[in-house]
Amino acid sequence: MNRPDPVAVDHSNEIGLYEKRKQVFPKQIDGTFRRLKWAIMAFCLLVYWGTPWIRWDRGPYAPDQAVLIDLAHRRFYMFNIEIWPQEFYFVAGLLIMAGIGLFLVTSAVGRAWCGYACPQTVWTDLFQHVDRFLDGDRNAQLRLAKAPWGPAKVARRVFKWSIYLLIAFLTGGAWIFYFADAPTLQHEFWTGQAAPVAYATVGVLTFTTFWLGGFMREQVCVYMCPWPRIQTAMLDEKSLLVTYKYWRGEPRGSVKKAEKNPDAFGDCVDCNQCVAVCPTGIDIREGTQVGCITCALCIDACDRVMGQVGRPRGLIDYTTLDDTARELRGEPHTPIRKTLFRPRTLIYFGIWAALGLGLLFMLGHRTRLDLSVAKDRNPEYVLLSSGSVRNGYTVKLRNMEDRPRKMEVTLDGLAAGSMYTDEMEATDASRKLTFEVPADETMRLRVYVTEKGPGAEGGDFSFNLRAMDKEGGTDTERTTFTTPD
Amino acid sequence: MADKRIDEATGTETMGHEWDGIEELNTPLPKWWLYTFYACIAFAIGYVVVYPAIPLINGGTPGIWGWTSRGQFDKEMKAEQAERAPILAALAKTPLDQLPNDPKLMRAAIEGGAAAFKVNCVQCHGAGAAGSKGYPNLNDDDWLWGGTIDQIDYTITHGVRQAADPESHMSQMPSFGKDGILTASQIDQVVTYVQTISGQQKPSAASQAGAAIFEQNCAVCHGADGKGNQTLGAPNLTDAIWLYGGDRKDLINTVTNAHYGQMPNWGGRLDPVTIKMLAAYVHSRGGGVASPAAAPAAADAAPAGEAQ
Repeated sequence: MNRPDPVAVDHSNEIGLYEKRKQVFPKQIDGTFRRLKWAIMAFCLLVYWGTPWIRWDRGPYAPDQAVLIDLAHRRFYMFNIEIWPQEFYFVAGLLIMAGIGLFLVTSAVGRAWCGYACPQTVWTDLFQHVDRFLDGDRNAQLRLAKAPWGPAKVARRVFKWSIYLLIAFLTGGAWIFYFADAPTLQHEFWTGQAAPVAYATVGVLTFTTFWLGGFMREQVCVYMCPWPRIQTAMLDEKSLLVTYKYWRGEPRGSVKKAEKNPDAFGDCVDCNQCVAVCPTGIDIREGTQVGCITCALCIDACDRVMGQVGRPRGLIDYTTLDDTARELRGEPHTPIRKTLFRPRTLIYFGIWAALGLGLLFMLGHRTRLDLSVAKDRNPEYVLLSSGSVRNGYTVKLRNMEDRPRKMEVTLDGLAAGSMYTDEMEATDASRKLTFEVPADETMRLRVYVTEKGPGAEGGDFSFNLRAMDKEGGTDTERTTFTTPD
Repeated sequence: MADKRIDEATGTETMGHEWDGIEELNTPLPKWWLYTFYACIAFAIGYVVVYPAIPLINGGTPGIWGWTSRGQFDKEMKAEQAERAPILAALAKTPLDQLPNDPKLMRAAIEGGAAAFKVNCVQCHGAGAAGSKGYPNLNDDDWLWGGTIDQIDYTITHGVRQAADPESHMSQMPSFGKDGILTASQIDQVVTYVQTISGQQKPSAASQAGAAIFEQNCAVCHGADGKGNQTLGAPNLTDAIWLYGGDRKDLINTVTNAHYGQMPNWGGRLDPVTIKMLAAYVHSRGGGVASPAAAPAAADAAPAGEAQ
């Protein structure tokens, strides 16, 4: 029996399938990118927690909340924009824009979304600040993690987890305010009168925030999130990526070693600060990898150390693959303008901007009324005593303004036709009917159209809708009039 | 069988057996997987105890909560009925001719009537209430027994030609041919006359002869002008609508054999509120006639006069 040489397989560089997670304790750092991260984090959290509380006077017929997803009444309010279910293409358009925007940003500067604006990153960062605030910086956290469980450690953990839980609750709790009037819901929530779904939503989101932000952290980015897999396809040799310039840094050696043997070592002093500050716990010196969320905190850390040991900054820096090759050949870098504005990013930007302009144009030109007509199929037509023919229709008049409006429905075509609704007498039939449509509502009518006979002719005709107020607005729906063969 | 040992290549313990040099590595399931599995077993046991689960000869184990799908259905039905009770009570209180004055209640009645119609009426009158040969079309403006909402309600309550209900609509056209009252040629002439007054034929010698026969035999019920009589349920013979067909063959058949259409008296089977709702629905199908007492309901309608 022959066995293969067991040494042939080298596992030193792989993560075992059942390997235990190595907890990450990122070190506090200050620098350009950390300050940018602070600013974006503060902005995102402010937007998330603040938006539902912005008031917006919409008059007596609509809610006064600036941003509201009113599922019960199927309306979406965003400042002075109001979207009805049949206008959902605006939301679809925004989602497509978000997708293209992600392509644009990724192709230009890598996973910047992941590093700065992704909710998982923002909340993980928040929880990591809680860790540093309560347990101290990296070394103190490591000590505490290794310390045996005792009353003191249990007390500290329970206290920290309750802070986690509080943040998670505030996060989960804020979400429901997007779906109902925030002050009212807040009162209902605390007095136990809110809908069960509100409590369930808060419960689920509190749990996911607590679990994903407090405990799973970088594992979400590395194992759960699909985006790092897609980003591989979005990046190219001209994308700006956080890069360790191995040709400048290697071989690594401490300052002392380098002093003893000048010219034998590169610039990297092997201080491991880039690893210590990384929120996903990777070593950027191993090259671009899935775990890197391009937050650039390692650049801050390395620049600081390089400054301290008196070596040029930028050992870890934003660089493209192209520039890496140029630098190795001793050529100058491509100007940043050429890196950011290249055909690929310009095409993405063009599509993104065209979509945005298209949506804005539609927003400016949409009418705030809508007409829809469904013809009765059973029966297709009704023969009347006089020999006239009558068809039935279900007509819907939508008033999307937040005030009642008078609307006029007329017939176009069907010269001998007249109409009446099931709330009118047939003798009051007319070619022009007016209705008072309540604010923000759809009025459903059963309309009977009679064509004087005998000798009624079938064919197509239209219902026209016209608002009688000064804002106007019209809509036309073509339909069919059926007669006996 | 060899003893347990560590496999050098993978560093994993083996299961301790070997076949032809092939050994099995011991890689147990992850703990979380096992615990989920055990939790499922515990859940299943609890489920069997709490809910009806084990089939026995007569039924099954009831479960300690006493839950049944039928019981849940009953509960939901009761809740639904409780929710509808105020509207039904309001409907019961409101006289039919006052119904159009309350558009909200009228709308509720029409919706409720549409549902009741689907259960009780579509078998004869069709899903769209368009009827068929022998079964009146309820969408049109031709009514045998009257088309006001009150008259429709009366017809639904007492039915047509129901011997069991003394207030039922009753009338019977004689079988003029079968009973030998008229000869075949006389029937032919009177049918020609009927086709003349309904505008299907031009006056002729035959129709002149038929007019005299009509005067003697038919005018009693259908009126001297053939416009019918709703008290007797006698159809209008001058319009475009025919219950049993309007062409020559159908008319000859009708005069020869007569028809005896019946409709159940729903008063014995449906409650008055349901019948009210049915009347409102049928009236709303576009052919309903305004009650003399009813105030105009279409307040939001523009004044007529633009009709061409």
